[in-house]
Amino acid sequence: MGIEQKAGDLGVVTTTLEKAVNWGRTNSMWPILFGLACCAIEMMGAQASNNDLSRFGMELNRASPRQSDLMFVAGRVSRKMAPVVRRLYDQMPAPKWVIAIGDCASCGGVFNNYAILQGVDEIIPVNVYIAGCPPRPEAIIHGVLTLHENVRKERIKDWA
Amino acid sequence: MTDIREVSVNELRHLVSDRALTGETMLLNMGPQHPSTHGVLRLLLELDGEIVVNMIPDIGFLHTGVEKTCESKNYMQSEVLTDRLDYLNPMGNNMVYCMAIEKLAELDVPERAQALRVILVELQRISSHLLWLGTSGLDVGAMSTFLYCMREREVILDIFEMVSGQRMMTTYIRPGGLWRDVPAEFEPAVRSFIDYMPAKIRTYEDLLKKNELFMDRSQGIGVISGEDCLRYGLSGPVARASGLNHDLRKKQPYFGYENYDFDIPVHTTGDVYARYRVRVEEMTQSLRIIEQALNRLPGGPVRSNNRKYVPPPRSELGTSMEALIHHFKLWTEGFSPPVGHVYAVSESPRGELGVYMESDGSPKPFRVHFVTPSFVNLQALPLMCRGLFIADVVAIIGSIDIVLGDADR
Amino acid sequence: MSEHLETTVKAIQDRFDAQVKLFRGEYTLIIQPEKIVAVASVLRDEFGFNMLMDITAVDYFPKETPRYEVIYQLYSMPFNVRVQLRVPVDHLISKLDTVETVFPVANWKEREVYDLFGIVFNNHSDLRRVVMPSDWVGHPLRKDYPLGYEEVQFSFNFDEIMKNKPQPKD
Repeated sequence: MGIEQKAGDLGVVTTTLEKAVNWGRTNSMWPILFGLACCAIEMMGAQASNNDLSRFGMELNRASPRQSDLMFVAGRVSRKMAPVVRRLYDQMPAPKWVIAIGDCASCGGVFNNYAILQGVDEIIPVNVYIAGCPPRPEAIIHGVLTLHENVRKERIKDWA
Repeated sequence: MTDIREVSVNELRHLVSDRALTGETMLLNMGPQHPSTHGVLRLLLELDGEIVVNMIPDIGFLHTGVEKTCESKNYMQSEVLTDRLDYLNPMGNNMVYCMAIEKLAELDVPERAQALRVILVELQRISSHLLWLGTSGLDVGAMSTFLYCMREREVILDIFEMVSGQRMMTTYIRPGGLWRDVPAEFEPAVRSFIDYMPAKIRTYEDLLKKNELFMDRSQGIGVISGEDCLRYGLSGPVARASGLNHDLRKKQPYFGYENYDFDIPVHTTGDVYARYRVRVEEMTQSLRIIEQALNRLPGGPVRSNNRKYVPPPRSELGTSMEALIHHFKLWTEGFSPPVGHVYAVSESPRGELGVYMESDGSPKPFRVHFVTPSFVNLQALPLMCRGLFIADVVAIIGSIDIVLGDADR
Repeated sequence: MSEHLETTVKAIQDRFDAQVKLFRGEYTLIIQPEKIVAVASVLRDEFGFNMLMDITAVDYFPKETPRYEVIYQLYSMPFNVRVQLRVPVDHLISKLDTVETVFPVANWKEREVYDLFGIVFNNHSDLRRVVMPSDWVGHPLRKDYPLGYEEVQFSFNFDEIMKNKPQPKD
């Protein structure tokens, strides 16, 4: 329910509008304050003094899913946690993006057993995967920038 | 994927008071996604207004099945999983796991490896306490400590990366010693860190120690007596803040801790503030241990010469047939310790971290069980929180320094 | 080895008819399930073993009956010694009482053993699952419970696994 429904596919006008919207979305993307395991520590590292993710407009972590557009799945997702993650994702307003940080969130990592979901993409769609166990803060920033690049390429009519 | 299951109050009937049924008190869910639960802890609070009448912690949202997975991998492969248990203390987890194997197999550890283990584990203790200080400061509203602490933590992680190639999940401590010797830059790096750190610890003290706001939020909050610590099996900084002078590094020393001169900080009030004091003082003591260990760092090998358990150095493979056979055996099948069971303990930043290991003589561990401090700390949480405000619960969770990976395993 | 530990082990051996094992300097006392509460309280009150550090279990399926051994790690803070108690039990006819009354820490530890092994502790105040979801079927750490290994996706079996993989939508 936003600009995309109202504007639709208007050709020339929307290309510039698209740019403006995507620029706005990339530069004020609010991640949900939500950490699961080891990768959450590196995520904090990426947001803290040395690496300072807020250079890219991401300094504001929102504790409520209703106020956030980006979900970092930072760590392994257990079978007990999976319904909770899905519910959090459902509560986020569109447009929303998901970054799977680390091997466990991407594919299960070293834990191939009864308790761990083999990749969070079994329950929610993922936009960017970051490899590493845990990935360095630089890798997390790289993942965020990759997402920004993808968001910049988004077409409004795809959203409508 | 299963849906979220609705739990009726009847299922938890024996845990809540009668007033909850009449609606006089309110049952409120806190977590698993909550900024101050330090991960994925869920608390079911029974509230009378803003006062906590009772609390039911619900853990397991990070249950990883490490113990089951260990049974299907060989001893060396399982060590990789131990890093990820208590992810603020990977070096300590590796060390206690290796201690269990060494005890089981009666494997010797060279002196240089012992001293390096002490240095690395103490560095890890400082980094863990730094992260704790940062995040629990954040919980009570002290944002700047977080930024300072994370800055210093990066220095330690850089040292870890220098020795092992990984910042957090190092798997550097191996059965019978270390993976390899430390590089030449290690010693200057650690020395510059121990020169630089005391001033930083004083900065944190300046920020919090006499801070009116912090003292109001922490003094007299979350008190637990030494008696209760014993009954609930609490160890580590939580017990030491309640007046129990108990530290396994002094009581049951391992890897030459008995040769180092250091104090055990003990406070008696048992509240959040005392736990903060204990941990910050421990950082200073850890620096003392590191300095002494570095000053008398012996030379020599860093791996045991027992070829049945420790792979031979790469250089021998080209010249010695026996070394090649051992290398092949160890990396395909793994080693098989004798039949038996041992219980190895160490002092982790959170308390007593133990490993129960049972071998049936095969290359895979028959049973590995991690005795983790966060699990028992969490059990005592309701005891500390009853009768206080919700806002204090946040400060208390921070003060017991839980790591959910450690509690759920 | 400390003198206190030896006298303790001797006393428990005589009074409760326990078997004693010594391995790598650790004393293990094997005790019948009916006596565990009595042994635990005697150790706490008379011999100063004031902390229970851990309760866990081992499954010896299919080699032995009774198939489980429940393990208690006790620590004495004043004497600085440890002792291990082992109790052979079967999950079907469990005669094992909870030691919660002696050491309150046992509450969650026993819940964990119940959760992961399915061993029932009599008179336990709150025997629910602790780490697994409450509607989980089975007890994961039993030897006859599968690990739950899923095939790993590589380029050669990418399509095959992709077919069965859930594809979640918004």
